[in-house]
Amino acid sequence: MTTLLSEAASPESALRRFLSGLPGVDQVGAEARAAMLSTRSIKTSAKAYALDLAIAMVDLTTLEGADTPGKVRALAAKALRPDPTDATCPSAAAVCVYPDRVATAREAVGDRLHVASVATAFPSGRSSLVVKLRDTADAIAAGADEIDMVIDRGAFLTGQVQQVFDEIVAVKEVCAAAGSGADRPVHLKVILETGELATYDNVRRASWLAMLAGADFIKTSTGKVQPAATLPVTMVMLEAVRDFRVATGRQVGVKPAGGIRGAKDAIRHLVVVNEVAGPDWLAPDWFRFGASSLLNDLLLQRQKLTTGAYSGPDYVTLD
Amino acid sequence: MTGNAFEYAPAPESRAVVDLASSYGLFINGQFTAGVSASSFKTINPATEEVLAEVTEASEADVDHAVAAARRAYERVWSAMPGRERGKYLFRIARLVQERSRELAVAESLDNGKPIRESRDTDLPLVAAWFFYYAGWADKLEFAGRGADPQPLGVAGQVIPWNFPLMMLAWKIAPALAAGNTVVLKPAETTSLTALLFAEICQQADLPAGVVNIITGAGATGQALVRHPGVDKVAFTGSTAVGRAIASSLAGTDKRLTLELGGKAANVVFDDAPLDQAVEGIVNGIFFNQGHVCCAGSRLLVQESVQAEVLDRLKRRMATLRIGDPLDKNTDVGAINSAAQLARIRELSATGDAEGAERWSAPCTLPEHGFWFAPTIFTGVSQAHRIAREEIFGPVLSVLTFRTPQEAVDKANNTPYGLSAGVWSEKGSRILWMAEQLRAGVVWANTFNKFDPASPFGGYKESGYGREGGRHGLAGYLR
Repeated sequence: MTTLLSEAASPESALRRFLSGLPGVDQVGAEARAAMLSTRSIKTSAKAYALDLAIAMVDLTTLEGADTPGKVRALAAKALRPDPTDATCPSAAAVCVYPDRVATAREAVGDRLHVASVATAFPSGRSSLVVKLRDTADAIAAGADEIDMVIDRGAFLTGQVQQVFDEIVAVKEVCAAAGSGADRPVHLKVILETGELATYDNVRRASWLAMLAGADFIKTSTGKVQPAATLPVTMVMLEAVRDFRVATGRQVGVKPAGGIRGAKDAIRHLVVVNEVAGPDWLAPDWFRFGASSLLNDLLLQRQKLTTGAYSGPDYVTLD
Repeated sequence: MTGNAFEYAPAPESRAVVDLASSYGLFINGQFTAGVSASSFKTINPATEEVLAEVTEASEADVDHAVAAARRAYERVWSAMPGRERGKYLFRIARLVQERSRELAVAESLDNGKPIRESRDTDLPLVAAWFFYYAGWADKLEFAGRGADPQPLGVAGQVIPWNFPLMMLAWKIAPALAAGNTVVLKPAETTSLTALLFAEICQQADLPAGVVNIITGAGATGQALVRHPGVDKVAFTGSTAVGRAIASSLAGTDKRLTLELGGKAANVVFDDAPLDQAVEGIVNGIFFNQGHVCCAGSRLLVQESVQAEVLDRLKRRMATLRIGDPLDKNTDVGAINSAAQLARIRELSATGDAEGAERWSAPCTLPEHGFWFAPTIFTGVSQAHRIAREEIFGPVLSVLTFRTPQEAVDKANNTPYGLSAGVWSEKGSRILWMAEQLRAGVVWANTFNKFDPASPFGGYKESGYGREGGRHGLAGYLR
């Protein structure tokens, strides 16, 4: 009993109480709201705006064991000029690679795009903190200006929220220290891996936990776990960043990743951004898509809108 | 690139799917016929005030013809037909409704003013579901809990309102036909068109002549119908005042009567509610169908400890509501159904101002033509205000507060109505306790305005009597 009481006043206990005191999420209602927003009909000028915005928000990603410098250079070229036939087509926001491919990516894109690197023993996060911090520092040293870290889901699910918090703070410190000397700040994206958190209540709590610990972005998934990004999950996270800004004045970005393959799906996400978080988040600095195959569908739809006719997979580039 | 506005381009549903005639007769004995007196009235699009069609005003003689046709069909065909055969007709109607649902949805939005998203995603699916559901009952009536050999009543005279024209038609006609009755139905005078299109569906389904008769007209026509001596059963959905008049005119006759009348539902939000979904539920409760909903959650009862937060969230959410062209697929709130209803909403809202409540309306630009009212909330409302007691039947929410669960129950029940209520809490035991205490026919927990043909719907007190939907809905059409 004495230990329990002493724990009641501990910082960990306070943090846990705060997180479980957040308003709950009713699953049926949340999914109904997301489904209703999916019925928005985005046509003509609105569609053109949304497609270009979505292209500019893509973190073009390759996270495979088979990644080579050649593959990364090809990806970088695609991110810089997604549609080589159309100079008005915007660039993607960033390329996203493993730490040991960051140098190649940075060399290929120069200062024209962000280079994001997954770190902290991605995707499982099952490693010691020392290794995770070194992983982060390596990626930054190689030229990454965005770090996509994973949280320790095991710790989160057993209620060790302080441990999760402290890890994010430690990684954030590495980012901040590196950013202060460099010409550009290093942003931290915190991957919640919502497919493993399972409930919307957990998604909301983990979102707040990450934001309180200093996340610049909260990201749904690694892409290695199903389900990855779903519209209701992204919506719950957008509610969290909206409420966090009201409470603290600090704006945090959102990145759904994994599972968004079609332009239609991307536009649905933008509608949710617009109507749930608000237009302030409708910019690549505040909303990203972590994707690989999405970009080509966006390009196909963009060509269709410009020319009036569907082309085909051979009219967009493979990479 | 920061803070760009995402302007949704107009996305209008095509009107071309609806082929409206310039004038409509009465649907009696399986045929469209001219009225005896040849008097007619115009039905308009409330969003533009454009005339859509001329509709016949049925006289007493027309009502006579319709009731006689229904009587003949009842005695010669429908009551004698085996239930499974009646069921086949109902299944056929349900499928035709589905096949023509886009057309019917557009017609409903044109004539009523409701957003196409609602007529397409809510009204029409429920209309089809109602016919499918009661089609299944037609050959199983001995299991309806009305004895081993339940019998139909005869001819049903049905009068329905303008808020869900086709859905109310389905709620009335489907159980009546399944049970073996024939019907004479009068739609509301401002929304006759989809009932007339439904008459075409009855023809398409080869429904025997006289089983369904649709007569159009205003109050006098409805009065002639419910008072007609050839009618065995009256079913009415509409205002409490008219319902009361019908009840007294039927006193002393052996006609059966079911009434579904007004409401002033409380939507009760506790401090442990899932707040984002509660806000959606509040919005859905009062702004769905422009608040033209008898079970609308028109009184928000919010626990004082979360009042400020709920109101902040509600106002922010209301600012994103899209008001305008009902046929635009992105419209959330459409037009008020008629000039008369708009005048009533304005008048009651003015009493809110006069009695000291504070008005806040969503920032929006209302179209120049047609009948429009911005989504509005009144805060600082007390039980004594008219806007807390009278049914406004428009997009106007009265916000009241409570401190304890008992106070919430007392305030929620302190109304002459009792049609529906909503409870928002993550605590299951509290929801069950509230559901037991609330004197309302429907209690929604962590949701609002959800309907299903298998679920009975109806009121306590001045919200009427009888149930529609489910097995209970058959009771009103069987002896």
